[in-house]
Amino acid sequence: MADKVGSVLVIGGGIGGIQTSLDLVESGLKVYLLERTHSIGGVMAQLDKTFPTNDCAMCTISPKLVECGQNLNIEIITNAELGSVAGKAGNFEVEIVKHARYIDDAKCTGCGVCAKSCPIDAIDEYNYGLCERRATYIRYPQAVPRAFGIDKDKCIGCGLCESLCLRDAVIYGDKEQVKKINVGSIILSTGFESFDPALKQDYGYGEYPNVVSSFEFERILSASGPYKGHIFRASDAKMPEKIAWIQCVGSRDRGVERPFCSSVCCTYAVKQAIIAKEHIREGLDTTIFYMDMRTYGKGFEQYFNRAKNEHGVRFVCSRIHTVDPGSDGNLKLVFSDDDGQLREEEFDMLVLSVGFKPTKNVEEFANRLGIKLNEYGFCKTSTFSPIETSRAGVYVAGAAQEPKDIPATVMEASGAAACAEALLAEAKGSQIVKKEYPPEKDVSGLKPRIGVFVCKCGINIAGVVDVPAVTEYAATLPDVAYAEYNLYTCSQDTQVRIKEIIEEKQLNRVIVASCTPRTHEPLFQDTIRLAGLNKYLFEMANVRDQCSWVHASNPEAATEKAKELIRMAVGRAAFLEPLHTIPMSVIRRALVIGGGVAGMNASLSLANQGFEVELVEHEPELGGNIRHIHFTLEGDKPQEYLNSLIEQVQAHKLISVHLESQVKKVSGHVGHFESEVRSKKLEVRKIEHGVVIVATGGVESKPIEYLYGKDDRVITQRELEEHLANSQSTIRNPHSVVMIQCVGSRNEERPYCSRICCTQAVKNALKLKEQNPDTQIYILYRDMRTYGFREEYYYQARKAGVIFIRYDEQAKPVVSNNGRLKVEVKDPILGADVVLQPDMVVLSVAIDSHLENENLAPLLKVTLDASKFFLEAHMKLRPVDFGSDGMFLCGLAHSPKLIEESIAQAQAAAGRAATILNKERVEAGGVVSCVEEKKCVACLTCIRMCPYDVPFINKAGVAEIEAVKCHGCGICASECPAKAIQLLHYRDPQVVAKVDAMFG
Amino acid sequence: MTEHFEPEIVAFCCHYCAYGAADLAGSMRLNYPANVKIVKLPCTGKVDIIYLLKAFEDGADGAYVAGCLEGNCHFIDGNIKAKRRVARAKKLLDEIGIGGERLEMFNMSASMGPRFAEVAREMTERVRGLGPSPLRK
Repeated sequence: MADKVGSVLVIGGGIGGIQTSLDLVESGLKVYLLERTHSIGGVMAQLDKTFPTNDCAMCTISPKLVECGQNLNIEIITNAELGSVAGKAGNFEVEIVKHARYIDDAKCTGCGVCAKSCPIDAIDEYNYGLCERRATYIRYPQAVPRAFGIDKDKCIGCGLCESLCLRDAVIYGDKEQVKKINVGSIILSTGFESFDPALKQDYGYGEYPNVVSSFEFERILSASGPYKGHIFRASDAKMPEKIAWIQCVGSRDRGVERPFCSSVCCTYAVKQAIIAKEHIREGLDTTIFYMDMRTYGKGFEQYFNRAKNEHGVRFVCSRIHTVDPGSDGNLKLVFSDDDGQLREEEFDMLVLSVGFKPTKNVEEFANRLGIKLNEYGFCKTSTFSPIETSRAGVYVAGAAQEPKDIPATVMEASGAAACAEALLAEAKGSQIVKKEYPPEKDVSGLKPRIGVFVCKCGINIAGVVDVPAVTEYAATLPDVAYAEYNLYTCSQDTQVRIKEIIEEKQLNRVIVASCTPRTHEPLFQDTIRLAGLNKYLFEMANVRDQCSWVHASNPEAATEKAKELIRMAVGRAAFLEPLHTIPMSVIRRALVIGGGVAGMNASLSLANQGFEVELVEHEPELGGNIRHIHFTLEGDKPQEYLNSLIEQVQAHKLISVHLESQVKKVSGHVGHFESEVRSKKLEVRKIEHGVVIVATGGVESKPIEYLYGKDDRVITQRELEEHLANSQSTIRNPHSVVMIQCVGSRNEERPYCSRICCTQAVKNALKLKEQNPDTQIYILYRDMRTYGFREEYYYQARKAGVIFIRYDEQAKPVVSNNGRLKVEVKDPILGADVVLQPDMVVLSVAIDSHLENENLAPLLKVTLDASKFFLEAHMKLRPVDFGSDGMFLCGLAHSPKLIEESIAQAQAAAGRAATILNKERVEAGGVVSCVEEKKCVACLTCIRMCPYDVPFINKAGVAEIEAVKCHGCGICASECPAKAIQLLHYRDPQVVAKVDAMFG
Repeated sequence: MTEHFEPEIVAFCCHYCAYGAADLAGSMRLNYPANVKIVKLPCTGKVDIIYLLKAFEDGADGAYVAGCLEGNCHFIDGNIKAKRRVARAKKLLDEIGIGGERLEMFNMSASMGPRFAEVAREMTERVRGLGPSPLRK
């Protein structure tokens, strides 16, 4: 088909939409990123910290926001909605309705004069109404695009902003516009909305001021939030001493028509309790009231344990019925304590852990798009195609499909990109714009001629700093050949002017004194590059964010400081040198290690995008763990799926399968690895490849307790499943069964949750009940972790008569054999010992990491976590990348997970890998460390200090740092005792010159 | 000694967190003394002990290093390495009579604009109290 369009429409600009957009453009597809509000960022931009690392949400998302905003091939369309959709996969005709913003985002520089002058207050939705904003506003300080908009419902049309805007960006008569585009594929990342806690009337939200929702509490915790990170309660601005969280508000609740579990609330409540304790140091008392603690994700269980044991967060397993007013604005809760006694307790403040719900008008949206929703109003997908919607060419990522956390969303976003890339493989690159640059001027040996451009930023800088005086001063500094000031140095006309002046004045270094390099440096670097200067011959002085804005009360000091900042920039600029990257050609072939569901899906995804794949499996056949799975809760047939998957892999002409083989050696770097694969017959095959995907899987552990191995009637869930699937089996019809959860998981040896076992137990219990409704089944559990939509099956199991008995880790069940099997367990609700005499005991055993991981990790120079699963580069934002470039991971190699999650993650790994394979070359160099061989004494300090294991001693006996592997942190340079290492662009003379210049 | 002593303070900030916090302090229009000037580095792990000593040699009255929160360094553990170097430099400053209390290490995330302003105030007050550096030209 020749009519495939090389562009993708991404709907929703949250973290999912951002990730998918960045992956798509890297792989050669143009992106239209549609966003409902004025700016991208979504819910993640409203969070304070993220679990389980307590990383700051804004720190992690803001570089991605900026990257999206600056990418030439991502067209961000804000304040817009989807209109009609026609056509089919490969070529959709889409109408986009762009609502009036009343400020031209192309002209607006984000200076904020309009908002400052606006006389009208409005509710600040970004802060969930906890404070006010103006009618002319920007959603949050780091927003992208950095442009204001007018809330027309509130605007009184006074005209102040229009008259004050020096860029004439205000358009009172702005109208709705309809834009028609053609795209090859559509990706939904529309996210979710939070449940309105007012609907849960018994909890007093909206009635008692000290009851807040967890989303509001997130803003309260945020240092940039309404109270600047101080926790106050609304009734009396008192700092609370006792805070309680109520879980499952609008989740697992058929009363409010939200029967599903929202998956993330348990862990975010743990996080909020820990962070609140950090904020209020003197003994803040925190209590979380829960039904089951569902901390099932990677590292979450350990996080939960730290909260309990180190931070002293109290956890009470009790469903709160009603919230009553207590004394002095407090809230009174009645609950049953661990010993089953009813207790009454007052709290200063109450946080309702609200669940997820589908976005507003989702049905109408789905109709327009022609996709099916599930019974809860989320986007319908299937177990084996977790990213595909019911319409071909339309994919979904993130919470639009099911409530989920950030890592899962980011994974699916990369996976959705991979799906679109496979669909549009032949159209890649057809709509990508590449900028043409003139050849670079050689500045070597030339005396520095520095040009300084000082920005007034409307009145943002000029209102405080005496810009003409500062400019005059700059002109007198050594090596400065020219200085001027501009109304807005970042505006398009000034870019043209800067280029002209570089020519006219023969400048070879440029300084812009304006705002922050974090947002604006790439723009100016591009401008000077267009004028023929290397982009590293540029320096910025931040005289707005770090001067006029923070010293507004002292204009004289601010003016002096602005001069000093420019002097420092000039001092450094004289020492700047051009840097060049070296293009390294990419071998467009992938090595995939592991031939289970994850490895096969990753291979197929890459091969369907047109890349060669070498798939290595150590066993004699493909399949891995799924060979033992015979049915799913959703009624799928895993063996049929497996057969078709193997068939596709084997039939694909771009995939070579190496069975009974192992990777024995890996060398090289991103774009060009050389590996050795050894077969069982000891044949060694050398493979050159550009990327590696690790999909080594996991294994079911062998239990050592509960008489397993000593009594045939004690089996594992997987063994039970084999019996249930085998019509010849003699033990398909037991009279009574006891299942024991968390066998080997969530203990000292394996501190993690194995994630799948609760779902597996419910699945097998329902199957037993289906075969014989009279079978008595008891499930002994610690917390039932049937997260997301799996909650429905937990409900069905209870309805079918399965009896669930909670047990405590300290009082584990005891299994004995006196001819009959006997299981004794203490039921906390009855407060008594229960004795069961089943025909069969089924153990839900832990998932172990694969033994192979310990051999593979040192070969790849990647890290394992404490439980020997592979450790990803960043838990939240790089869940399938390794810290070393060009290496990716997926499936159980990363952590225990369900089939659909493994498939999504495999597609994600393929999507990320494609961002490299799609390029002909990777660029090495730039800001990297570089060794001066003569000075090196091979003391090995750099080798010990590098966080990424990059330096090595080469054949000449000195340290070598490969530019293509270096991350550019500079740690080696400042540790090197012989000063043999320098970080380019931050060489010692370049840094010291800046310090020297501060003191004139 | 002048009565209105205005100390000169250098802040070595990492690109990812502390510099971001400084920008946010700006967006939030938080006032802090103009005595602090930032030198941006990719990571506090790049802060060479020489830079710290050079600042004092040049005439700085105080200096500090501001990096990511511990455990959150974008280069894994650059901030921990910086912390060790700062401790070493403090000892040196003590030994040569300048005073280790003129130098400090701080950790903050990019969303901690108020903390950046607080640290700038704290260091300015501390150094003002200590008076001009004995090396000041």
